[in-house]
Amino acid sequence: MSGRTADRLAQRRAKRERILVTPEGVALRLSIGSRSARAGALLLDFTILTVSTIATTFLLIWIAQGTRIDTDFGQMTGATEFLIVVWSLMWFIAWNGYFMFFEMGPRGATPGKRAMGLRVASRDGGRLTPEAVVARNLLRDVELFLPIVFIFSASAGAGGLAGWSALMWFLVFVLFPFFNRDSMRAGDLVAGTWVLEAVNTRLDHAISTGGAASDGASVVTGASYKFGDDELSVYGEYELQTLERVLREGRPDAIEAVAETICRKIGWNPGAGDEEAFLQAFYSQLRARLETDMRFGKRKADKFG
Amino acid sequence: MKKPSFAFFGKKAELSPSPDIEAAALRSDRFRLEREDDWRQLEDILGKIEKGRLRKLSDDDVLALPTLYRTAASSLAVARETSLDASTLTYLESLVQRAWFQVYGPRQGLFAWFRKFLGGNLSRSIQEIWLDICVALFVMIAGTITGWLLVARDVEWYYALVPTQFTDTRVPGASREILLESLKVEDSAQGMSAFAAQLFTNNAGVAILAFALGFAFGIPSLMLLVHNMAVLGAMLWLFSEQGLFWEFAAWLSVHGTTELFAILLSGAAGMHIGRKMAFPGQKSVMASAAEGGQRAAQVMIGVVMMMIFAALLEAFPRQLAGTEARAIIGVFMLIFWIAYFFAFGRKPADKSGQEQVE
Repeated sequence: MSGRTADRLAQRRAKRERILVTPEGVALRLSIGSRSARAGALLLDFTILTVSTIATTFLLIWIAQGTRIDTDFGQMTGATEFLIVVWSLMWFIAWNGYFMFFEMGPRGATPGKRAMGLRVASRDGGRLTPEAVVARNLLRDVELFLPIVFIFSASAGAGGLAGWSALMWFLVFVLFPFFNRDSMRAGDLVAGTWVLEAVNTRLDHAISTGGAASDGASVVTGASYKFGDDELSVYGEYELQTLERVLREGRPDAIEAVAETICRKIGWNPGAGDEEAFLQAFYSQLRARLETDMRFGKRKADKFG
Repeated sequence: MKKPSFAFFGKKAELSPSPDIEAAALRSDRFRLEREDDWRQLEDILGKIEKGRLRKLSDDDVLALPTLYRTAASSLAVARETSLDASTLTYLESLVQRAWFQVYGPRQGLFAWFRKFLGGNLSRSIQEIWLDICVALFVMIAGTITGWLLVARDVEWYYALVPTQFTDTRVPGASREILLESLKVEDSAQGMSAFAAQLFTNNAGVAILAFALGFAFGIPSLMLLVHNMAVLGAMLWLFSEQGLFWEFAAWLSVHGTTELFAILLSGAAGMHIGRKMAFPGQKSVMASAAEGGQRAAQVMIGVVMMMIFAALLEAFPRQLAGTEARAIIGVFMLIFWIAYFFAFGRKPADKSGQEQVE
């Protein structure tokens, strides 16, 4: 990834970030879900809904055929009638209840949203009430279902104007998230909700506690790496975190390249074969230095700082 | 190097720091290693809650959740000022955020919510949108009268207003017998439940539409109300021409009092959102819209329930009962709804005082 694209991505991320202060006074960074992720989630949910409702329909038809065997076809038996009731209620409940049921759950997300790493949350930082979930989902009817039905019925019939106005209507609602900062759709606006990225990170192992990191001595060669103050002062927090990423990913070519760069920068002779231990030692000593400074209120953002 | 142990989530076995912690060179690493078990325990509890496996949670876990959350939050605050370990910081941020959703989102179960909903929240929401209900009622009455007058002037309006099918016998010029035939009592309940289910999905769809259109400042909601009521007005005219006004009214009132009331409420709920957006008052437009939207959503859940009642009434008593029974059921339902919505669930304290001042 080139530097400019990375910068632009970081800028975009920063634009989607909101700060929430918990009652304990800890500022949490929330990230608004991206529109593309939400569109993907919607498509996934629609696919799930369509497939399952159509499958149920076929199942009911199959059962209904079983009930018809010993009666004549004109007469509707009680069983068939019951199946029709089940079918029409199933359709209504599935298409209206699916979103509500899942968003009221503890994850605040439908399966599609969960797959895309999204969740619904209340915009004022309070809890997500059932009323809010109902409101945001009832509006989906006018936002999506109704205009789509209009567009299809209009294009089949003679009405050109009706089709165009339905398309306009559809566009107004579909483009709605593009015209506000929090990428809310109309339903979010009315319900006082927004869709956030659901974070779930695993705790990685500590890389500065063992091996060459703790005392600077390499396991492979036995060599001990100690860096002086002037050698450690060339880098800042940004470089430290880049180094952390390199060590965690553990790609040999990246480790070699980074070790060589650091050696050149601090004026050491780059050796070969023991780069990882060298970097671990450098990482933990740099971090120790930066963290000590930090405790005294001195922070160094990057090598220019 | 200490490997992350995903298998061990129990209580802390020993209180003395493990040799690993002693060995850690960095103060921030010691900080992390000392608290790691707490974080993992919190993560484990959160995982169970998010997966909906609440039964698997022990009482100890439930009691520990707030404490663990506060520990993690304070860990995060400290780590931000003392640690440069990016992975720990990201992890803590995500952990605290997840925990915050669970700790400060004390969800009542769906059933607890529903009990409160029926036990007064629904009635209160409806009382709070009284102004919109009055407007919607006025519009509906006006729509009915308009429909009547239009058809009385020019019969052609009937065909424009009422969506007639070819087989429908209820057209202008139909004789009294034919019209009476359409109001007749069915002799069996066969096919009725399927009819009821169809009616319900159809009517609930219309109600949701009337509500959701309120988003456009309520005007389309009103137009929908006017159109629907004009149809009713036109049909009232048709039956009253043959002297069947009361028979038709009774036939209609069985479910009509419930259904029209529900449509009235959904239109009013939609208009409430529109009104709150157009006239937000002291609040921001967003906050006002959200408040109105949530109130209206409560009303809409009530509307869907009324629609279920209406469909059952429409399918069975309307087709199976005579004129008097129909009228009695209709009036009874109307009184029931009005009593439930307006006499029940009034807040005793500050709220009622406010209403009296108004």
